[in-house]
Amino acid sequence: MNKIAWIAIGSGLLLQPAISQALEFEVSGKVGSEITLYTDKGQFADQDYRSNISFSVQPEFYWSWNNGQDNLTFQPFLRKDQRDGKRSHGDIRELSWVHLGEDWELRTGLRKVFWGVTEFQNLVDVINQKDIVEGLDNENKLGQPMVNLSLVKGWGIVDFYVLPGFREQTYVGQNGRLRAGLVVDSDETSYQSSRDDKHVDLALRWSHSVDVFDIGAHWYKGTDRSPQYTAINKNGQQVLKAHYQQIEQAGVDLQATIDSWLFKGEVIYQDNPVEDYWASQLGVEYTFYGIGETQTDLGVLLEYGKDQRGKRANAIMQNDVGIGARLEFNDTQSSSLLAGVIHDLDYNSNSVSVEAERRLGEDWKLSVEARAFSVGKQQDPLSNFDQDDFVKITLNRYF
Amino acid sequence: MNIKLLTTSILAGSLLAATSHTAFAQTAEEKGFAISQESKVRDDGWVDMLASMNMVLRNKQGQESVRNIRMKTLEVANDGDKSLSIFDKPRDVKGTAFLSFSHTKGADDQWLYLPALKRVKRIASRNKSGPFMGSEFSFEDLASFEIEKYTYKFLKEEACELGNCFVVEQYPTDKNSGYKRRIVWIDKAEYRMIKTEFYDRKNSLLKTLTSHDFKQYKGKFWRADLMKMINHQSGKSTDLKWSSYKFGNGLSASDFNKNTLKRAR
Repeated sequence: MNKIAWIAIGSGLLLQPAISQALEFEVSGKVGSEITLYTDKGQFADQDYRSNISFSVQPEFYWSWNNGQDNLTFQPFLRKDQRDGKRSHGDIRELSWVHLGEDWELRTGLRKVFWGVTEFQNLVDVINQKDIVEGLDNENKLGQPMVNLSLVKGWGIVDFYVLPGFREQTYVGQNGRLRAGLVVDSDETSYQSSRDDKHVDLALRWSHSVDVFDIGAHWYKGTDRSPQYTAINKNGQQVLKAHYQQIEQAGVDLQATIDSWLFKGEVIYQDNPVEDYWASQLGVEYTFYGIGETQTDLGVLLEYGKDQRGKRANAIMQNDVGIGARLEFNDTQSSSLLAGVIHDLDYNSNSVSVEAERRLGEDWKLSVEARAFSVGKQQDPLSNFDQDDFVKITLNRYF
Repeated sequence: MNIKLLTTSILAGSLLAATSHTAFAQTAEEKGFAISQESKVRDDGWVDMLASMNMVLRNKQGQESVRNIRMKTLEVANDGDKSLSIFDKPRDVKGTAFLSFSHTKGADDQWLYLPALKRVKRIASRNKSGPFMGSEFSFEDLASFEIEKYTYKFLKEEACELGNCFVVEQYPTDKNSGYKRRIVWIDKAEYRMIKTEFYDRKNSLLKTLTSHDFKQYKGKFWRADLMKMINHQSGKSTDLKWSSYKFGNGLSASDFNKNTLKRAR
């Protein structure tokens, strides 16, 4: 289903509350500016710069009517990037209508869904396509068209998803950093399904909390969000072509919260045309509260990711250990510091990151993110980022 | 007066003496418990409640920072309350919501919803002594009063702002509490907690909470419109203004789950 159809649904909905008196409307959102400083010029052509500036805006419009039983959210997103035309992009993060019943909810439109419990990667989080150009942390996703019926039962919450239409991954352009040597040419994208990106995907999830356990299980059938890449020659130039295959996947996620300990695990089994495989992400987190008689909390975490396909896997953590530490200062400015390192046991490579955040005044937030890459073996895909160590300073204004 | 009547009145008299002797023999621990329990009993039966919180945080230099939170709470018989808190300010955490199932015994169940990621996180509830949103209120200061959470000792009666007050010492039973003890002033007329002194683990006076502008709802439940928390050690303070109290909203357990957490706003 295309965006125009969704906008039509949205406008249709808007007419409904126009009659009623009790319509609530709210605008909020953020505007941001960021500057990225690289330690070196990039190793590939058209990457001969050390700084980049970018601006983004993400407002949110919210309408509620029918005594709160119906609501509509519209959240567009727009980014303008100094260097990379592909990173300058727009998206409708959310345009969705939610109707509440007694013990059910129907959510229709472009939406974002999160599944999972671990920190370094979320294998079970399959609904949305990642908006890769926004950052390496995979926290930014493209709005996914869906009809989602959610039932609340005594034995847990069951979600049915019908996903009409697929969102292709975003790719860094020729002038962008943190990319492979070859650029993905999105005109060449192909699909296993004869319906291309119109294939209707299906998903089912059950989740429940019992005592100290939070459990989730899912089944998904449809277009794989992660493509397979092949290098092709196009007009005498080497480019990457993305191919999206059809997959069927089942998985579970589990967290046990015991005193200051969090035990986390995500496991998936995927059936696809190339090779069936399982993958897991297991971890533990412990928090020291009020360290050194201050109000600062220190959380330490350790995770291990394993993919049965080994080096052939297109996952970040195919045989990797992640270690992290999080400092929450619990001050008025909500200052926090997160440091992590992912060590690849197959390639002996390290990816280090430090993220710090602090509120300035009432409505501003300053974040600093630094990443450094050290590559053990050149076969590691991480070697593409070898000269991309950077510091990114972001200032967001919330309204 | 015949013998029979005389015997009866003697018996009754000694019985009366016996009862009053028991009352007299009530230990300070028993009296402290009884007063605290009475204050809990008098507030039983409110079923559910909506309220808005406005917090003004002040540092030593008098710089202010604002927090706005809305709360839905459901009373649970024989256990702790269920509550859903929605954050409106500061704006960078707008839409963040917090779901808590408190328990009289064992750890509370708590989930945090992060709207930017659409992620629900189960969080460890052990952190009772940590500051709530950077304020001088800790999580345990804002939790519902449950009789099992303390042991008690009656100290004295004395004049206070609302007439006469019982002064009761309360000792947290939870090893994760940030306090060694607290001293509570409860007014004799309505059993409202009007002042609390908090002593840290080293038994030094840490904070004083005073409650002001009490209003009665549904002819029974007293709620303060203003709570002032002063931290004597850091010089910081937080004013917590309550508004839009609403009782009897027909809330049930089904209003407190991960789905309602995700759409709370």
